[in-house]
Amino acid sequence: MKAKDMNRVLYIDLTKKDNKIENRDDLFDEYFGGSGVAIKLLEEECPRGIDPLSEANPIIFAVGPLTALFPSASKTVAMFKSPLTGNLGESHTGGRSAMAIKLAGYGAIVIKGSSDFPIYLAIHGDEVKFKDASSIWGIEAVAVGRILREVELGAGVRTIIRIGRAGEKMVRYACAVCETYRHFGRLGLGAVMGSKKLKAVVISADKSIEIPKDKRREYKRVYDEIQEVVVETDAMEKYHDLGTAGKIYDMNKLGGMAYKNLESASAPEEIAREFSGENIAEKYLSKRVSCAHCPVGCIHLASLRELYEPGYYFKTTTIPYDNETIYALGFMLGMKSAEDYLRLIDVVDRIGMDAISTGVTLAWVTEAYERGIITKEHTDGLEFHWGDVQVYVKAVNKIVEMPNEFYQNLAKGVEHASSVYGGQDYALAFGGNEMPEYHTGIACYLNNLTGARHSHLDSAGYDLDQKLIGKEFTLEEVVKGLLKEEEWRQILSSLVVCFFARKVYSAERVIRALDAIGIENWTEGKLEDLGRVIHRAKMDFKFREGFDLAKLRIPKRIFEVSTPHGFLKEEDMRKAIEIYGEMIGRDIQN
Amino acid sequence: MLSQCPRNIFIKIDANMSLSNYYWATDMTKKIAALDVNKCIGCMECMFACSRRVGRGGFDKSAIRVRSAGGIERGFVIVVCRACENPPCARVCPTGALRERKGGGVILSEDKCIGCGFCAQACIMGAIFWDGERNKPIVCKYCGECADYCVHNAIGMVEVKGEA
Repeated sequence: MKAKDMNRVLYIDLTKKDNKIENRDDLFDEYFGGSGVAIKLLEEECPRGIDPLSEANPIIFAVGPLTALFPSASKTVAMFKSPLTGNLGESHTGGRSAMAIKLAGYGAIVIKGSSDFPIYLAIHGDEVKFKDASSIWGIEAVAVGRILREVELGAGVRTIIRIGRAGEKMVRYACAVCETYRHFGRLGLGAVMGSKKLKAVVISADKSIEIPKDKRREYKRVYDEIQEVVVETDAMEKYHDLGTAGKIYDMNKLGGMAYKNLESASAPEEIAREFSGENIAEKYLSKRVSCAHCPVGCIHLASLRELYEPGYYFKTTTIPYDNETIYALGFMLGMKSAEDYLRLIDVVDRIGMDAISTGVTLAWVTEAYERGIITKEHTDGLEFHWGDVQVYVKAVNKIVEMPNEFYQNLAKGVEHASSVYGGQDYALAFGGNEMPEYHTGIACYLNNLTGARHSHLDSAGYDLDQKLIGKEFTLEEVVKGLLKEEEWRQILSSLVVCFFARKVYSAERVIRALDAIGIENWTEGKLEDLGRVIHRAKMDFKFREGFDLAKLRIPKRIFEVSTPHGFLKEEDMRKAIEIYGEMIGRDIQN
Repeated sequence: MLSQCPRNIFIKIDANMSLSNYYWATDMTKKIAALDVNKCIGCMECMFACSRRVGRGGFDKSAIRVRSAGGIERGFVIVVCRACENPPCARVCPTGALRERKGGGVILSEDKCIGCGFCAQACIMGAIFWDGERNKPIVCKYCGECADYCVHNAIGMVEVKGEA
């Protein structure tokens, strides 16, 4: 197919078990794909004020013009209304998802409605089948992959996106698992799939994109240049060798790592050594793999051999690990050994919950339990203490099974649970989303508060904080820096390029890559403008759904623990939010 | 070395086989080989590179495939023509479209091919892929383009060494 012919949107209606394909050049020509097209489709498909767990909530998967054509353009954007925050839900994943969607012939897939019985979708190129998933309902995410791998077509050229039991039970931060070790982790896509009784989506590739004859030479030239830069920048070394876990030790040393629900921003030396990328790699690393069409191979898989029953019953489990899960399920929970942390990831992954939200929620429970506002009455008998992996494993299962009101509340996230039981000062959620790792300074928290997804990847505030150490700066400069970064990232996530390759895809290279595949006449200025337009469209959706800069809750805890920039002040944070409002044309009315 | 290799079959190169045990054949001819399948990260760059030669983004024209060996934790399988001596695919071709390449492997003359698919069936490695658009086999040309993009050196070009 010609690239243009892949500007198709597959619309699936789970209620009517029907589908249609529409060419949407109008959207793809203007917004590329990915986040840009997804937010426009969300505007079209998501009615104002709906319950995110109702059938009216659409799930949108979108890929971009560089997908399957350039290295590290390997991500899929999912957009939906988040059941965790009640607002914009956007989550990205890699695996083989992007390649499979694109080479099945689609720029985006919109899933609407809900089925009255468990169902999974088998999309093989133009063929869309609705299949009964009753017999795999209730099965953990890993096993579902194993089963569908056998019964569906397309071995090696497909993606299998599925949910675990957490998604079925609509835990608000349930994730969707992709290729076993990748996730649409944040903001509860798994719960939305569960609400639709959609257990899995299998998509397999059967097409390719034809490069126009007069562009082939140029395409290969630009491809080779980008490939060389991907391989030779620090991305390869940084992300392939030790993976994202490689920066754990240094972040802790810097004092920017939330430990035990941010009781401090640095764990003791022996803990930092235990959880360092070096230690985990030496003891447990078994394999490094990559997403389709990315030479980096940042995915690190650990192998854990355990005696699980007397009589020499051993099992060897393969477990993905990375920086953020080491933070959330290791540091935040005061874990003492990497082995315990790996065990907990395995449980969280199989059950299908977002690791960051789970870790932060359990960290809050532990502190609240120690302070006595949560008791054994609430916890169904569990006694929470830092680092007690057995209890955390049981708690994860209880969050999914919801045996009482307490766990029902935990299943709605820490923002909600703390609004019921108290302890909001140390409930570490921003915009309703549990916080990522960093306690590096004002920029990381402004990122958490104002970023469209409340994700550290929105504007990489943690990165800006580190660059600003030892420098003088104004709040205006920080806010401007964050906003500029977030706007540019809209371009990357519309193309859709992995953020780990962000240094490779400079504006100049993006323009040449687009040009080489026949998308011409882009300039740096036009890209910047489009980034801004997409960002504002996302913010417009947020404001439409009730987002309010003046009402952003800031947990007091973050002001009580020193950052590498010293103690943060709430007045500075509020002032910066006000500046942010002005910059995006949303003045805060006092 | 030649004696170690079962003749007349393609060998699936996977984690259980060490390539060095399977060198055979004649002169300076080259072929693609899995140098160390444990280094394969499953990025599929080889597959994309192969189709890119004919101006395609994707792999429906690719003569090399990588897939997991039944789950990513088990590693990957690289399926590519091993350039057999006396290749079974050529022997079953009814029109002489596939002919033996000197030193091992085959050369396809598309104009003679009637698209019967016998060659693909004869290759127990599954290393002959099918071009559904044109109803022709996709046969490795041993050009090495795929290996050029394997940055982790899982595959590479090797000389098909002759027996002393």
